[in-house]
Amino acid sequence: MKRTTLRTTTALALVLALAPITAAHAQQITLWAGDTGTGGEIFAEMGKAFEAENPGVTVVVEEVSYQTLVESLPVQLEAGEGPDIAIITDLGGLSRFYQDITPYVDAAYFEKEWGQTLQWLRGGDATSTAIYGMPTTLTVNGAYVNLTLFEQAGVPVPAEGATWQEWAEATRQVAEATNTEFAMEMDRSGHRFASLAISYGAQLVDEQGRPVVDDGLRAAIEQFVAWHQDGTMPMDLWGAVGGATHRELFSDFLNANAVLYFGGSWTLAQMDSEVGDLFDWAVVPAPCGPSSCTVMPGGGAMTVFSHTQNAEIAGKLINFFAQPENLDHYISTEVEIPSAASQIANGVEYPTASARTSEALATFINQIPKMDAAAYRFQGWRYQRAMMNALTTRISQVLNSELTVDAAMERIEEDVDLAIQAAGGQS
Amino acid sequence: MSARVQLASAAGAILSLPARLIEPAMSGIQRGVGIKRMPWVFLLPNLVAVILFALLPVFINVFYSMSGSDRLFPWDRPFVGGANYQSLLDCTNYLDPSTCSRDLFWRALGNTMVFVPVQVICMIAIALLTAICLNRDIVGRGFFRGIFFFPVMLSPVVVALTWQWILQRNGALNGLISAAGLTPVNWLIFPNTAFFWSVFVTVWAHMGFYTIILLAGLQAIPRDVYEAAKMDSASPWRVFTRITLPLLKPVMLVVFILAVIRSVQTFDELYVLTGGGPGSATMLMVQYIYEVGFAAQPRNFGLAAAASLFLGLALLIFTGIQMRISRGGNND
Repeated sequence: MKRTTLRTTTALALVLALAPITAAHAQQITLWAGDTGTGGEIFAEMGKAFEAENPGVTVVVEEVSYQTLVESLPVQLEAGEGPDIAIITDLGGLSRFYQDITPYVDAAYFEKEWGQTLQWLRGGDATSTAIYGMPTTLTVNGAYVNLTLFEQAGVPVPAEGATWQEWAEATRQVAEATNTEFAMEMDRSGHRFASLAISYGAQLVDEQGRPVVDDGLRAAIEQFVAWHQDGTMPMDLWGAVGGATHRELFSDFLNANAVLYFGGSWTLAQMDSEVGDLFDWAVVPAPCGPSSCTVMPGGGAMTVFSHTQNAEIAGKLINFFAQPENLDHYISTEVEIPSAASQIANGVEYPTASARTSEALATFINQIPKMDAAAYRFQGWRYQRAMMNALTTRISQVLNSELTVDAAMERIEEDVDLAIQAAGGQS
Repeated sequence: MSARVQLASAAGAILSLPARLIEPAMSGIQRGVGIKRMPWVFLLPNLVAVILFALLPVFINVFYSMSGSDRLFPWDRPFVGGANYQSLLDCTNYLDPSTCSRDLFWRALGNTMVFVPVQVICMIAIALLTAICLNRDIVGRGFFRGIFFFPVMLSPVVVALTWQWILQRNGALNGLISAAGLTPVNWLIFPNTAFFWSVFVTVWAHMGFYTIILLAGLQAIPRDVYEAAKMDSASPWRVFTRITLPLLKPVMLVVFILAVIRSVQTFDELYVLTGGGPGSATMLMVQYIYEVGFAAQPRNFGLAAAASLFLGLALLIFTGIQMRISRGGNND
């Protein structure tokens, strides 16, 4: 009896004594993925392959809501908590929490594939060469057009290179001829408006990371207000809502109540499943402004956070995901727009996508080379969200006659300055 | 001893077990602190909770309102003194928000100052009317009490989404209007109609709660007073103004204070229904605080804390006035 007790005690003591050593060998990486599309499913699957190549490493992929990534994650990071890695969309805004993983990845390969988009993760620091993660996908703003309504109205669809005004005129004619409620609609989003603004010559942010409120922005706001006043665009989105609230009415396009809807590539799957062949639709090349034919890029990136205890493993895991075969598998299964240069150049096959969706994806991808430098700069700016919130808030006030365009321009500048000041004045 | 007595005795033993378990410890504490200080010992758990969850956050809020940067932890935030207050109060003309440095704060304050009296008066008037109707001997009284109380149990977001569905351009209300051969109205795109519906929806959502309180107050009024008035041939209006209202005054004051506090705190319904729009027509103080402190990037905790202290101060003054009036009423 005594011997048994002694053995049990010794075994327990050994287990307790060795536990920290075992734990030290086992390294766990937690990755947060948003719950859109296939969520973290594909990364979990590829994570298993990484575990097989790296014994002792466990990759835990947690699927969280997009809201969690936008609202909770920044607070957790501020407190030095949260996952080791996450797929995020506020690329510039969270830049101060990133871990440089340059020593653990093939830096030359990363620069070759994502030269432009890696800069978005550097929070506007033009001198930095640090690699903070891997851009996963690219999203592109764009216009969906109801071709059936154009056909019924007998109005020719404007060709590539048509201006915003030509599109407005054509869609107005279609709406009148077919008794459709609205000619054009645009998500109530500063990001969507930035596409119009930059094509009208707005810079929004300069090379030094300072906000720019210029004549291009004024021209875009004036045009936008005019479209609301003459009924080309409904007041329901930008007019009816206040503050920085995001709102969309893509259902209007799905129900053929709008001739043109300016949204983004992320609604392609919805179009495919909900509209199918009910009417003929297409994504059209970016409407042109007086300055350029650009739309805003967007997208997600997988980044490592500085509080991680396993920076090396996290870096290697991202390097593993970035390999061409893994990247192709992810992009084609998710039916997303690739962000890697070689994928954009060579194209990606989407075996599960319909012909119409593949065509629309090709149109979105074709807009990438036409994107203005200002669009890329704005996308990577740390205070992009401050500018976008100011745009939505102030433009809605102009639409409701609370502010003049001049006053709105002043307020936009003040709002962004206040945000920069609140963050300690670092651009 | 009967089984019932045995059962009662066992239940008593079980129920008194916690008291018997802590008795030695309490006796020890009593010996240590003395019997005079024992009330403080009993109050301690609640005091700790109040200090931790009510007083400490107020002090932290005061500190945040006097600090800058978008950092979360107080020790990372530089002290800026009254800069946030100065920024909020910087106006050329306080009656014209467009002359103010933080124009949206003043617009939200102005909207709140209109919204609160209108909503509270409508709320109390309708709740009182409903309570009086429900206090009468009508058929299906219990059913109607349930119906009026039902919206109170709904989540504010559900309330707002339901009304958005009713009021939107192609919503249920416009469907009915069209069916009646009238011209539909896009209710939420005009400042005046959006404001009207904001008041309506919040009254609809909360009046059931106040109706129940007022109903309890009405039922507490002795019947013989009404019978005496009836014998004196008093008119219904005279009965209402001379008996019902005076005797309901203490309950009305409670309802009034609760309604004002709830009205000033209005956020979720309107945030979902109108987002504060059109423009800033329905943006109230709490939405302004939320937008500045949480929706903005970078988050301006300092400015949001300063604005919330203004709101807290206004509520404190208002509650003080109410308490004074209430005390005056009791002395009468």
